[in-house]
Amino acid sequence: MQKQSSKRADDEVPNNMEEQIESSQRGKLRVKTESKASHEMTAEEVQAFPSCELLIVGGGPAGLAAAVSACDAGVTDILIIERDAVLGGILNQCIHNGFGLHTFKEELTGPEYAKRYEDMVKERNIDYELNTMTLDITPVSIDGVSAGCLVTTISKDQGLKRIFAQAIILAMGCRERPRGALNIPGNRGAGIFSAGTAQRFVNLEGEMPGSRVFILGSGDIGLIMARRMVLEGAKVLGVAELMPFSGGLKRNIVQCLDDFGIPLFLSHTVVDIKGKERVESVTIAQVDENMKPILGTEKEFEVDTLLLSCGLLPENELSAKAGIELSPTTKGALVDNSLQTSIPGIFACGNVLHVHDLVDYVSQEATLAGACAAQYLQERTAKSQDSCATEDSKAIVHVIAGNGVSYTVPSILRLEHLEETTTIRFRVRAVFSKAAIQVTLNGNELQTKKRPVMAPGEMEQVILKCENLLSALKRSRETGHLENILEISIVEGA
Amino acid sequence: MSQQSSCDSVLASQASNIYDVCIIGAGVVGASIARELSRYHASVVVLEKGEDVCTGTSKANSGIVHAGFDAHPGTLMARYNVEGARLMPTVCKDLDVPYVNNGSLVLCFDEENIPALQKPKEQGVKNGVDGLEILDAERLRELEPHVSPQAIAALWAPSAGIVDPFLLTVAFAENAADNGVEFRLNSQVVDVELPQKSLQDSLALYTVTYVDTTNPDTKEKSIRAKTVINAAGVFSGVFHNAILEKVKAHNDTTSFEITVAPAFNRDIEIVVRRGSYLLLDMNAQPKPIHTLFQLPTKLGKGILVTPTAHGNTLIGPTAVDIDNPEGTETSAEEIADVIGKAHKSFPEISLSSVITSFAGLRAHEVEHEFLVGMMCNGYFEAAGIESPGLTSAPAIALSLATEVGDYLNLERKKSFHPTRQGIVRFADKTPNEQGSLVDENPLYGQIICRCETVTEAEIVAACHRSIPVTTLDGIKRRVRAGMGRCQAGFCMPRVMEILARENDIPLEDVKKSGPSSRVLFHKTKEGK
Amino acid sequence: MSQKTEHLTCINCPLGCALEVTLEDGEAISVAGNTCPRGEAYGKKEVTNPTRVVTSTVRVKNGLRSVVSGKTREDIPKDAIFAIIDALAHVEIMAPVHIGDVLVKDIANTGVDFVSTADIEAV
Repeated sequence: MQKQSSKRADDEVPNNMEEQIESSQRGKLRVKTESKASHEMTAEEVQAFPSCELLIVGGGPAGLAAAVSACDAGVTDILIIERDAVLGGILNQCIHNGFGLHTFKEELTGPEYAKRYEDMVKERNIDYELNTMTLDITPVSIDGVSAGCLVTTISKDQGLKRIFAQAIILAMGCRERPRGALNIPGNRGAGIFSAGTAQRFVNLEGEMPGSRVFILGSGDIGLIMARRMVLEGAKVLGVAELMPFSGGLKRNIVQCLDDFGIPLFLSHTVVDIKGKERVESVTIAQVDENMKPILGTEKEFEVDTLLLSCGLLPENELSAKAGIELSPTTKGALVDNSLQTSIPGIFACGNVLHVHDLVDYVSQEATLAGACAAQYLQERTAKSQDSCATEDSKAIVHVIAGNGVSYTVPSILRLEHLEETTTIRFRVRAVFSKAAIQVTLNGNELQTKKRPVMAPGEMEQVILKCENLLSALKRSRETGHLENILEISIVEGA
Repeated sequence: MSQQSSCDSVLASQASNIYDVCIIGAGVVGASIARELSRYHASVVVLEKGEDVCTGTSKANSGIVHAGFDAHPGTLMARYNVEGARLMPTVCKDLDVPYVNNGSLVLCFDEENIPALQKPKEQGVKNGVDGLEILDAERLRELEPHVSPQAIAALWAPSAGIVDPFLLTVAFAENAADNGVEFRLNSQVVDVELPQKSLQDSLALYTVTYVDTTNPDTKEKSIRAKTVINAAGVFSGVFHNAILEKVKAHNDTTSFEITVAPAFNRDIEIVVRRGSYLLLDMNAQPKPIHTLFQLPTKLGKGILVTPTAHGNTLIGPTAVDIDNPEGTETSAEEIADVIGKAHKSFPEISLSSVITSFAGLRAHEVEHEFLVGMMCNGYFEAAGIESPGLTSAPAIALSLATEVGDYLNLERKKSFHPTRQGIVRFADKTPNEQGSLVDENPLYGQIICRCETVTEAEIVAACHRSIPVTTLDGIKRRVRAGMGRCQAGFCMPRVMEILARENDIPLEDVKKSGPSSRVLFHKTKEGK
Repeated sequence: MSQKTEHLTCINCPLGCALEVTLEDGEAISVAGNTCPRGEAYGKKEVTNPTRVVTSTVRVKNGLRSVVSGKTREDIPKDAIFAIIDALAHVEIMAPVHIGDVLVKDIANTGVDFVSTADIEAV
């Protein structure tokens, strides 16, 4: 039935969707025209498509938690689109423990954590489609008012399908930074893997991708894989980290490297990879303060494998194509305090928004996104009857990253959506010890919290109380401030 | 019917191991020659040391179809370049290979160098290049809005283009195979023996000895052929010099003399010249429209910034002469050099958009001229083919095949199929067409490579064409799985699974490229 | 009386406090540098009786996947890690397997079971 209705809808495809993927005509550059503005349709045209209230792109930890939360907030018609054969996303290959201390007050492994949320989704009878790839999200407006999005998905079973969704939650996660982006010189033989790819091989497929291993980057997946490879009989000769500090959690340095006597070379990078067909050796060198290798400090390791754990990048190709504004720092969407992106009705959470250190925070953020999407859907219905939001409640506060802070999520606070407390998540630019996180509004201190240690590898947060913020805003308005700026900065020597 | 008879002749050749033609090398040159020869009633075998076609110089190529103003008038290089560029659109149309006639610009950055643009222009006119024009700053910016403000004039060559170099080579080979040419992959030629009989004798046969690179311990194998064509890329000099030496020894000891054509009667020196490139994400904006060269100055030749036939931006190459004919590693200095020089032409290139760096090798002949033709009776060469070799390949092939055809008195076959249908690319289709594809073949509904939107159907199709694919790189070159921004991080395990399944081999036997390029070692728990 | 100090990093939370544990006659008598009671407990335990949860995989027969992930249900002594890994090398489980199923009982004589942490359905 569904297939038939999607077929019928095909005939009424809006023109710009056709243009988005231009056919490869000879003599013509294959430039894909990106739709920036939302596509205008009539209510009748929209009704021709199968629809849902809330469509969630991605069935990993973020998507699942968002679905559960939206459902609990009263959204009945939810659809999760997952490209893999199972729900749970990357957690399925994270077989180590340490997940869920905040959420479930116990230490779980990745698959166990995923299963908890999967069960919650199933208990609520939330719909999901597996082995299904989301190809396109086109924002749609009816009579100039944004109405939702037309989502194109594809799968073996259902073919190409278009679904009209009133609201969307983006939960596509992130991917690993590949070697090319790191510009590591040398040969390009087999044996160079991103740590996550190796993790999939070992933990899900039961295959060993190497026997003598070096790891570049002290990101958590790299550290976890160091231990994992050792436990499976490989020899891990070392981990090199470009920065003077590790990018991973303390726990992982201790339990994955120290426990097995694996050396960590801080301020080192890979300067050469030898081996035309398969890696034969990796050479590292110390770097100076400008991250340039220092001549004469080279060390060569005879290895057959190099794992890369050099950071994660939110996977936002779909978002960019939909015209969502992205942050150049996080590479995730710019969102407000309801985790709504620059396009009304599209929300983002989890690693597609910004890369998290702990899945517990992903779940928290996704829970908020689900609740906010639910609120958005309810308000939309309400607003059509009664639109009387006051000027005051429409006010916004810009959140900016101050000294020592690389970004903040959200970057805008809309007072109409202010909850009792608002969590602002961010990362610091360098390692700080005995410092404090200071929050100022228009230059006046709002709150300061001491933090003994902060590092870029670990996400930080401040929690703002609604009443404090509102009273500060009132004071500020009295002194004539029109644009409100909330700045998060690190104060050293506190 | 004649298809049948040409098939018969191949079978007969396989049985007797005697061929009309043996081509050494299945790069773009060898493959294009094979395809041209498949127009004739002839048994043709191609010996390639790689596990696939397009594994040498042709695989790390900028894919530019040069207009032909670079080469000195009167040289073979000039002739084949201009002819090749002219043939390319038809070849690509027949063989279903992405080709874009985007035109090229040679950028000039200094007032005092503007007159220097005249030289390539005049050369081009003499070589027969159409439409060359020198543009002022204003016209230049009209054509290429994001070009550097420092570029103040340019030579515009509207006939230049870009082509997918991998698919071009694969397409030549597949079409040749479809028309009866036999490809022996993993077959490294180690010796070419002169015929024992007089070369005038129609039964004079060369003996070509090769080893199986997947199993170097096995005995050497050999085939015999009436003619041999050396299209061995960076190794072409080795074969050339060896034959020359054998001819000399032969003439010293035997009564009948072998004559070497004058153009070939010298030792040739192939210098391996490495060029490093950087490839940018398809989504990186802005992109160049034309292929942007830099006018060579006292400071060097400069590097190019070009779109690829698939819409990426490619910058490079450097030019470093090296000793190792397989030294395709990149160096930090070269990468930095490429970036710096690319910014000179196109300042908005963003480094964060680089998805990979790679190095290619050019078989630079010291005299900087192609050696194409019959060296001595029955022994032909396409040696020293460096840039613009890819552009020239169709013309070199046409010329050599005609010469071989005349030499062997070959008849054209009526059954020759000049066209080849490529693998239908899901990503190139409109949503409606994509829907129909999945309806016809559900495997089109399974996206394997996210970055390039490559489906399982395309990968499966690649496994079952006339040139078999067994490696990850072979799949990448044909359907672009793993070519995108994540560089196979996501799709590698999935592509391996398909390769293992379709070729009916264990997962551990799937290679990246080359016999020792195993990806997986063994199952977990089996290491000890 | 012999006294010595051990330096370690607390792993209880992302804070990663630098702990200084003072030992007297092999007994941890004081912990400094911690910010919470969990840090003190960890410091004392880590220098006297370090334990870990071991996670790995076990081969599966007739399943949709060829391996299933598992963990020691509780902490085991740190020096038993490799004994446990060795004990897992030859284990093969018949699908289906579900979360919590015992894969190896009393693994490597630690008194702790090695249990499945994933569901693998039968083919």
